Amino acid sequence: MKRILAVDDSASMRQMVGFTLKKAGFDVTEAKDGSEALNIAKQQSFDAVISDVNMPVMDGITLIRELRSLPNYKFTPLLMLTTESGLDKKSEGKAAGATGWIVKPFNPEQLLAVLKKVIR
Amino acid sequence: MSIDLSQFFEVFFEESFEGLDAMEAELLNLVPGEEDLETINTIFRAAHSIKGGSGTFGFSSVADFTHVLETLLDQIREGSRDLTAEHVNLLLKSVDCLRALLRALQAEQQPDLTEADELRVKFEEILGMRAASKAPEQAPETVRESSFNTYQIDFKPHHHLFKTGNEPLYMISELAELGELETQAFQDDVPDITNLAPEDCFLSWRFFLTTDKEQSCIEEIFEWVEDDADITITLCGGLFGDEEDVAVETVAEEAAPAQEAEPAVVKAAIDPKKPAPVKAATANAESTSIRVGIDKVDSLINMVGELVITQAMLSQLGEQEITEATIASLQEGLAQLAHNTRDLQENVMRIRMLPISFVFSRFPRLVRDISQKLDKQVELKLLGEQTELDKTVMEKLSDPMVHLVRNSLDHGLETVDKRVAAGKNPVGTVTLNAFHQGGNIVIEIMDDGQGLNTTKIREKAIKNGLISETDDLSDNEINELIFLPGFSTADQVSDLSGRGVGMDVVRRNIEALSGSVEVASAPGVGSTFTIRLPLTLAILDGQLVRIAEHTYIIPLISIIESLQIDISKVSRVGKDLDVLRLRDEYIPILRLYNIFNHKGAIETLDKTLLVVVESDNQKVGLLVDDLLSQQQVVIKSLEANYQKVDGVSGATILGDGRVSLIVDISGLIKLSGLRKPGSQELIIESKANLEAS
Repeated sequence: MKRILAVDDSASMRQMVGFTLKKAGFDVTEAKDGSEALNIAKQQSFDAVISDVNMPVMDGITLIRELRSLPNYKFTPLLMLTTESGLDKKSEGKAAGATGWIVKPFNPEQLLAVLKKVIR
Repeated sequence: MSIDLSQFFEVFFEESFEGLDAMEAELLNLVPGEEDLETINTIFRAAHSIKGGSGTFGFSSVADFTHVLETLLDQIREGSRDLTAEHVNLLLKSVDCLRALLRALQAEQQPDLTEADELRVKFEEILGMRAASKAPEQAPETVRESSFNTYQIDFKPHHHLFKTGNEPLYMISELAELGELETQAFQDDVPDITNLAPEDCFLSWRFFLTTDKEQSCIEEIFEWVEDDADITITLCGGLFGDEEDVAVETVAEEAAPAQEAEPAVVKAAIDPKKPAPVKAATANAESTSIRVGIDKVDSLINMVGELVITQAMLSQLGEQEITEATIASLQEGLAQLAHNTRDLQENVMRIRMLPISFVFSRFPRLVRDISQKLDKQVELKLLGEQTELDKTVMEKLSDPMVHLVRNSLDHGLETVDKRVAAGKNPVGTVTLNAFHQGGNIVIEIMDDGQGLNTTKIREKAIKNGLISETDDLSDNEINELIFLPGFSTADQVSDLSGRGVGMDVVRRNIEALSGSVEVASAPGVGSTFTIRLPLTLAILDGQLVRIAEHTYIIPLISIIESLQIDISKVSRVGKDLDVLRLRDEYIPILRLYNIFNHKGAIETLDKTLLVVVESDNQKVGLLVDDLLSQQQVVIKSLEANYQKVDGVSGATILGDGRVSLIVDISGLIKLSGLRKPGSQELIIESKANLEAS
C-alpha cells in the first residue's frame, strides 16, 4: 500500500485529505505542521508528501526544501496545497524542490485526479 | 468515488471559530507601526485557513469575503503595505462578520451578506490602489469546436527531472487517457554505460495525440514540469506530421526512474499513527457540553475509589457481630463516609466550574470599540481570570457585566482633556477583578474616573419622585438610588449606556442568580461596582424553618434578620394585611401557613417568629413557627420532576429522606398579591395607606 504524508495545520483540511486518500486505498499519516512532518518523514518512508504552505512553526516551503535534501526523498513526489493567489508561491515551491501543486479549493475527486500524475 | 464533505463541516466550523478568536486576540494586540511579523503571520494564517476550508467545503460566500482580507494581510506581511489603524478596525469588523456568516452556515441558514459586501467594498478600495500590479485576468480560452484534433507534442525533459519527483511515465499515461496516443521515444542522448548517471533523465519523446479535448488539458499535464523540460504542443490537423525515421517503441522500462536502485529505506518499527482529532459534532450551534480538565476527572476517580474502600470497610463491619469495638469503628467509618461524600460533592461541583476568563475575554474588544467611539483612552486590566464559577452563572453574568463596563467607560471615565486638567493620567483604567470569598465569587468592576455625581443623582431622584426634597440621605444611600427602577432618565441616554436598560435591570438579573450588586464611589477617584454571586446554582445555603409539621427552606442570602414580633408595633392595613413597624420601615407580614395552606400552625403573631427577607429591594416578613438548622442543600428542579409551583423555587431532600420545598421570595411576594406583576409600588403604597389611616 502506498504511503502518503499529509500535512496541514487546519484539522478539517487534514481530515478531508486524509479521508479521501484512505478511501482511495492509500496509507495516510497526518501531521499538523512542517516540523512535525519532517520528524515523521525522517523516521518512516513515504511514497508522496502533500503539504499546505502556510503553517505555524515550519511552513510548507521549508518542509519541502528540507525533505528534498534528504536522500530518501530525492525522487519522492512532494506536492503543495496552495491558493490561486499564491502564484509566486508556486515558483518558490518549485525552487525548493516541490514536484507540483494542488490549487485550493479542491474537492476530493480533484485531489485524486492530480495525485495520479505522480503516484499510481 | 464520492465523498460526503458535510462530515468535515463541524470540524471546519470549530477550527474557524477558534481561528477567528485567535485573529481577534492578535488584532487587539496590534499597534500599527510596531507590529511584529509573527503576529501578522498568525492573523494571516487564520484568515488563510478559513478561506481554504470554506472554499473546499463549498461555502463560497465566506471564501470570497476572506479572499480580500487575506490579500490585504498578505501585502502587510510581505511589507508592501503598512498596517494602519483603519486596517485593524476593518479587520476586527470582518472577524465579527465572518463569525456571523459561519454561525448562519453552521445553523444551515442563508447568511446575510449585506455587511460582508460593505466590508468587501472597503477592502477593495484599499487594495484598489495596487490592483494594477495584481495578476492580470486570464483571457478566456477560445472555445474550439468539439471535433477531434491531433496534436504533436515534443517533450524533452531536462536531466534533473526525476529529482523534482515527477514521473514521465505517469504523464504519458495521463496523455493516453485523453485520446489516442502514438509515442516515439528518442534515446540518442543516453550516454554509454560508463558515463550514465543513473539519477538523470536522458530520454525525450514525441507524441501524437488525437483527442476531442482542448489543448489546455494537455498543457495541464505538463504544468508542473514547464520549467524542467522543453515542451512544444502544436496542432497538426488530422494527419501525422512528416514521418521521421525514428524508432517507435515502448518506453515504460527506460522511463522508470532509478528509484529502485536506491538503498532500501529503513522502515520504522512503530507506526505512530496520529489519532484523528475527535471533536464532538453537535448539530445545533448552542453547545450543551462542557470541557472538563483531565485533572478534575482524575480527582473524581480518586474520590470514587476512596468511597468504594469506605463502603467495603463498612459492609465488612456490618457482617460482624456488634460489639463496643465495632461500634467505634463503625462510627469512624461513617465519619470517613461523610468526609468522602463531601469531597465527592465538591469535586462534582467543580466540573461545572469554568474560569471566569470565558466572560472576561470578550471585554478587551468591547473596551477597545467603546473607547474609540467615545474618543477616550482606556487601559483594561483583568485580574483573577482563573477564578472559577458555575457555567450557568457565568452565562447569565455576561450581560450585566457588559452593562456595567459600558457605564464605567461612558459615565465613569472622563475624556482625555478632563483627565489632564484634573492632573490624572490621560489614560483611564478599568479593572475587572474576580476572586473567591467564602462560598461566593466576587467580581469587581473598577474605574479611576470621576465617580458618581451624588448631587446630580439626588436631583434626578427627586425629579423622578423616588425621594422627596426633604429626605436626608448619605452619599452611599444616594449612590444606591441608581439601582432603583425608574431612575434611568432620558437625558442620560447615549448610544452606549442608555439602551433603555437601567441599573435596576442589572440588579434584578444578578439577584435572579441569588447574588447582589453594590456600588462604592469617591468623587474624582473612581467608582467600584461589586457583584457577589454564589459559586453555583446547584447548591444553596438554606435556613430550615418549620411551618406546622412541614419544613421549608429559605435561601440564607435573602434573609436580613429573624425576630420575635413586638405586637404593639403591628398595624393592620386594608382587609387582612398586617404590617410590622421595624425601625423606620414597614414590613408586610406574610403568613406562610396561609399561602401554603397548612393547618395547625401557630397563628398568634407574638408566639411565632418573623424572618425578614429581601428581594428586588423589597422587604417582607415571613411568619414561621420555628427556625431549625442552617445547611447546604442541593437544589432539585420541581419543573423537571413535577411542574412549576408558584412561590417555590425548587425542592431538596433532607437528611431524613423527606422532601422540603425551597421558598422563592420574589415569587411569594407576587403570589401574596402585595405586588401586581411588573409593578414596583408595594411598600410606598402601603406606607401611604398607613399614614392616611
